[in-house]
Amino acid sequence: MMLFYVFAVVAVGASLLVIAQRNPIYSVLLLIGSFGALSGLYVLLDAPFVAVIQIIVYAGAIMVLFLFVVMLLNAPHEETEHDERVHPLLRPGPMRFGALLAIVLAVELVWALTKGSESGPFANGAVSSVATIGRLLFTEYAFAFEVTSILIIAAMVGAVVLARREEWR
Amino acid sequence: MLLLLIPLLPFLGFLVNASVGRRIAKGASGVVACGAIVASFAVSAIAVANLLRFAPESRAIVAPIYTWISSGDFSVGFTLRLDPLSAVMILVVTGIGSLIHVYSTSYMHEERASEYARYFSYLNLFAAFMLVLVLGANFLVMFVGWEGVGLCSYLLIGFWYQKKTASDAGKKAFIVNRIGDWGFVLGVLGLFVRFGTLDFQQIARAVAPLAPDATFGTVSLITLLLFVGATGKSAQIPLYIWLPDAMEGPTPVSALIHAATMVTAGVYMIGRNAVLFSHAPQTLMIVAIIGCATAFFAGTIGLVQNDIKRVLAYSTVSQLGYMFLAMGVGAYAAGVFHLYTHAFFKALLFLGSGAVIHALHGEQDLRNMGGLKNELPITYWTFLVGALAIAGVPGLAGFFSKDEILARTYGSGHTILWAVGLLTALLTAIYMFRLVYMAFHGPRHEKAHAAPAHPEEEEPAAHRAEQPHLHDAPPAMAIALVVLAIGSVVAGYAGLGGRFEHFLEPSFTAPGAGGIGAEVVEGGAETTLMLTSIVVAFLGIGIATYFFLKNTRAASAMAARFAGLRLLLQNKYYVDDIYDATIVQPIRITSESGLWKGVDVNVIDRIVNGVGRTVAGSSEILRRLQTGSVRAYAVSLFFGVVLILGYYLWR
Amino acid sequence: MPSLNDYLVLSAILFAIGTAGVFVRRNVITILLSIEIMLNAVNLSFVAFGRALGSADGQIIVFFVMTVAAAEAAVGLAIVISLFRHRESLNPDAFTELKW
Repeated sequence: MMLFYVFAVVAVGASLLVIAQRNPIYSVLLLIGSFGALSGLYVLLDAPFVAVIQIIVYAGAIMVLFLFVVMLLNAPHEETEHDERVHPLLRPGPMRFGALLAIVLAVELVWALTKGSESGPFANGAVSSVATIGRLLFTEYAFAFEVTSILIIAAMVGAVVLARREEWR
Repeated sequence: MLLLLIPLLPFLGFLVNASVGRRIAKGASGVVACGAIVASFAVSAIAVANLLRFAPESRAIVAPIYTWISSGDFSVGFTLRLDPLSAVMILVVTGIGSLIHVYSTSYMHEERASEYARYFSYLNLFAAFMLVLVLGANFLVMFVGWEGVGLCSYLLIGFWYQKKTASDAGKKAFIVNRIGDWGFVLGVLGLFVRFGTLDFQQIARAVAPLAPDATFGTVSLITLLLFVGATGKSAQIPLYIWLPDAMEGPTPVSALIHAATMVTAGVYMIGRNAVLFSHAPQTLMIVAIIGCATAFFAGTIGLVQNDIKRVLAYSTVSQLGYMFLAMGVGAYAAGVFHLYTHAFFKALLFLGSGAVIHALHGEQDLRNMGGLKNELPITYWTFLVGALAIAGVPGLAGFFSKDEILARTYGSGHTILWAVGLLTALLTAIYMFRLVYMAFHGPRHEKAHAAPAHPEEEEPAAHRAEQPHLHDAPPAMAIALVVLAIGSVVAGYAGLGGRFEHFLEPSFTAPGAGGIGAEVVEGGAETTLMLTSIVVAFLGIGIATYFFLKNTRAASAMAARFAGLRLLLQNKYYVDDIYDATIVQPIRITSESGLWKGVDVNVIDRIVNGVGRTVAGSSEILRRLQTGSVRAYAVSLFFGVVLILGYYLWR
Repeated sequence: MPSLNDYLVLSAILFAIGTAGVFVRRNVITILLSIEIMLNAVNLSFVAFGRALGSADGQIIVFFVMTVAAAEAAVGLAIVISLFRHRESLNPDAFTELKW
């Protein structure tokens, strides 16, 4: 129980800091931290495979990609000045309204959840082994698996095409 | 079967001429059209012969073609019925129609092939519709024919549509007819409401056991409405105004439609519903009064007209008045008898005048005629026969029928109507012989230029300067004239000894009921009346001879003395002008200023344009939502999500 | 022991944080990061449900989600790069061509 709260606090706190930071590099690094906490939570949920994948794929690959891009683009600190020609709808006011809506959403969901039946603690379940997951992947979800591979190829091609320099200038 | 062929043949003629007429030679068009109507006449004759084989009480051939409407308890079929009354009508229509078709082949010869074909297609179509009208076994079929002949009348009056007066006359005819038709339709609806059926026989059967209306009741109202329709179609007061203008059409058209057939539709309609009308004495009184008044009224106008066709037009209105007078006093057979004889001599008079116009290359003004007696002998002698017939000279057809009407009128106690009718007979003789003398006798008057009757034809002035030998009617026209002249003489003998009336009686009585009819005059009074008619006829001829043949200066002197009266008559009692001022102009102004500018432009256009402007305006405002910023869109999306989620969670 | 509800509440909070991030930040890369936060929140709830229902399906779905997220991040970043080449700015409000 303690662990749960520790991980939870870390995750939430890191996420809040992510969106509060001005410097995008800090944001990325903080997000990695958040993912680490989540990974811990997965372990607590008897899902070691997911936990490990989370670290390897998400924190290890995706976030590194983000980092690469941030550094490539030399992303500046976010400009705080805003021109007056910015559309009224884009001023901080309305955007903050969006944030407010997010808070509203959170409140709604939490309220709904607490209204629901208090479920007891989890039953003692077996730890799903990698072998189980692997078997499921290749039998029941084999089609999704294959389609996902096509998706990845498409994404790769798309990314290459989109990001290359135009040569026919 | 056989009955269907009678209107079908001219209809097929119409189809042929309407579709390929312009590509075939004129002669072929004429042959098709004349062939169609002559064949129809033959079939009619056969059908009537068949009819005569039946016993008098059950003389009817009914031919249901198909069921037209079947809705609830109401069922109306396209049914044709041949009985004595319609037998007379179809023989008149097809017989005289055939003669007029043949005449037209010559009269219209100068037209282009396409116009020629168009003319004959309309003429055939008219014949087809008229036959449908008289053969119909119920009001609905009759109404089809009723409307159809109105349409064809419009087409034929406005045949030379490039001439504004002609197209105006066509429109006037159609619109005035329409007003009458409105009354007619209301009457038909009333019949349906009251009796639940539109079949003539069923209506007669339903109404026969009822007592005649003591006061103005439902039946009277219905019959009055039907009579309104008749006044429109048959040119009685107050809807006669279209007929004189209708003379803008070709003369054979005037002969066929406005003398012999279409205008008699109203008379036929009343005759067809004799049982119904007999149960509405108030309406019959109105019919008789209007008929009599119209006859007198039109006769006075005809006295001073200078256009040869106008005189004949007013004469037609006048003679129709006689027919309605007969119907009004209950002498249905007499009215139909006059219809039948009138068809002969009026058609003859019109065709004769057509021959005159044709010979003079379009001259229609009587003051520019004269002395044609020797140059157009056939035309003259046939015309004279027709004039004598209409004046009521004994021995000719008009005498028998007109005398019959007057006798019946007197016999049913309407002495004033009889007196007016007699006076009108005097007028008839006067104006008719005025016409004869001015056109055919005396010296030839010439005018510098003449208005051509055919718009495509222009007479060079040089040609008119010399006195060419005028050519008399060509063979096609002459045959028609001669046949009609013979008919004008002998047709009347069909009525001798009450044979005609006896023949028609089954049509005027309810099925299975006893006979009806006006009072028959006793022998002594009848002879006196006959002598009176003869005296009047000769008196009229004498007066006309004095004023217009022997001593024309006296005519001018009289005209000067009664100048005011003459002007009134010449302007047709200013009826057209009165109608124009009281009815036409207010309607026009209301429509133009009130409804058009006021409602249409201001209200409706404003509304429509306003809607457009509103849409444009609001879209001006709404487009600012398209900021192009993804984040703004995301906000709005999310807002919706929150709302929906909240709604579901709330529940 | 934490119950299912606890995990779900946590997931909801994380999701809300991610959403707020999308709206508030003016840097496209940070926006993408916030989207990743949202996806993770969803992953968490999937695994929690999977555990609660005693099947491994939750983890399978998470597996796929992650894959797709990776692909999406790759393509998204490629787009960001090409946008940056155009406009030299990472402010989403700089790309408002599709408007009236």
